[in-house]
Amino acid sequence: MLKDITLGQYFPGKSFIHKLDPRTKILCAIVYIAVIFCIKSFLGYFVLFAFTALIVALSKIPVRFVLKGLKPIMMFVAITALFNLLLTDGRILWKWGFLKITYEGLTQAVYMVLRLFFLVFGTSILTLTTSPIALTDGIERLLSPLKKIGVPAHEFAMMMTIALRFVPTLLEETDKIIKAQTARGADFESGNIINRAKAMVPILIPLFISAFRRADDLATAMECRCYRGGENRTRLRELKLGYRDGVCWFVVLIFSALILLANYFQVSGLL
Amino acid sequence: MDTNEKLIEIKNVEFLYESTEEPGGSRVLKDVSLDIKKGEFLAVLGHNGSGKSTLAKHLNAILVPEKGSVLVAGFLTSDESLLYEIRQRVGMVFQNPDNQLVATIVEEDVAFAPENLGVNPQEIRERVDYALDAVNMSEYKEHAPHMLSGGQKQRIAIAGVLAMKPDVLVMDEPTAMLDPEGRREILETVKKLNRDEGMTVVMITHFMEEAAQADRVVVIDHGKIIMHGLPKEVFSRVEEIKEIGLDVPQATELAYLLKKEGFDFETDILTADECVNKILSVYQSERGADND
Repeated sequence: MLKDITLGQYFPGKSFIHKLDPRTKILCAIVYIAVIFCIKSFLGYFVLFAFTALIVALSKIPVRFVLKGLKPIMMFVAITALFNLLLTDGRILWKWGFLKITYEGLTQAVYMVLRLFFLVFGTSILTLTTSPIALTDGIERLLSPLKKIGVPAHEFAMMMTIALRFVPTLLEETDKIIKAQTARGADFESGNIINRAKAMVPILIPLFISAFRRADDLATAMECRCYRGGENRTRLRELKLGYRDGVCWFVVLIFSALILLANYFQVSGLL
Repeated sequence: MDTNEKLIEIKNVEFLYESTEEPGGSRVLKDVSLDIKKGEFLAVLGHNGSGKSTLAKHLNAILVPEKGSVLVAGFLTSDESLLYEIRQRVGMVFQNPDNQLVATIVEEDVAFAPENLGVNPQEIRERVDYALDAVNMSEYKEHAPHMLSGGQKQRIAIAGVLAMKPDVLVMDEPTAMLDPEGRREILETVKKLNRDEGMTVVMITHFMEEAAQADRVVVIDHGKIIMHGLPKEVFSRVEEIKEIGLDVPQATELAYLLKKEGFDFETDILTADECVNKILSVYQSERGADND
């Protein structure tokens, strides 16, 4: 049951977007997010939408996969929208008791929803088109200039890789422990929230013990394979910037400029 | 492949573990001496706590002897400056395949050791392809390790150390956590490496059927080497082996029991085939005797 959880939602492919250097993708995603929060007009969102649609089309990822990312945040989006809608002062459109909807509130709520949606789209496209390994590699390389001031970039990336590697293993283990404890009469389903939390203890303790044992084994195995930190380490796949990354940056910057420009063409009167 | 060239020389090794119960620490290895020859397939037998895993850890300087010395291809394991020289010559595979794999993609994992050694990317690629081919896992190179079976994961772990181009493969109970299918896969892979690539193999095990396939068997008990020889020689000493809590291969056991019943059997039988042939010939000669 727990096995079905996928962490990192990489969707393998060979598209233009997939082949981009992870560093390019991470930085572009950051630019994309920054741009989202700078948009002040619906025209801007329209350009952003066009850009996002282009990227999704280029990545050849089925649209439903990109939309799937919205599901877990729907509740959050709804609550945010409701608060913005009801609690913003301004020109009143509708009023009932202490509840009121203002023109400003409506605009604010729609902006908020759009922002959150695009935020999810942007990050989803990044994680859908970049394997976790490429992602950690990219982060390591991006952080490596900071090594000089003592940021452990390699160690950080190594930890991420190992964590990703062990998520399915530990999930499987949890599943086994739950079954073993259930077989001995442990009850995880009934009782109030405190009782249920207490029932987790017999799962967590064996899980922790086993995780420490695994860590010990893994450290020995890594030592046996001559691991000695990030120094003088080479990589099977070296990250290389290609013409694609140039094209990508060019397009991203053009669109960012267009979107920011659109701020000045706010059509007032319309929403 | 009997070149008699010594790859690893273990001389009078003693090792103590810190122990809270015994004030002097508990002695795990007592005056162990053993030579490992190039190209041989050596099996080390012993039950839990006999010191066999401790011995294995001495072969690549994870542990360093308290007394005595271990020489790997002429390098002394107690010399810390030679650590990586030694470790890349002695590939170690452990019991639990899950706890040895580092990366989320098979080929990235196999590349881990050469990456650590600073091999250039092009050669890493060659080594990864070679290693995966040697364990017959090339088609899985882009898979995630957790989707593979135990036997397949263990083969990836073997490929991971082969990518260092080691002189010897040391395996500490590599099949203990696998199902019979996985066990068969690993044994076949190891035998193939030994036969086709001339890889020296040290296999620590408590499966007698596996040990029976080795060129040489060493039996350890309470930190001492108590038996040493060809599998046939070692396993024919059925009573001594049983005394220290180990078993003999099933075929040997059957031969032993039949011999005890007074049939014309020797206990140097190791495989089912040998046993069947022997039983047939004994049966036929007995029946021939009856008919006379």
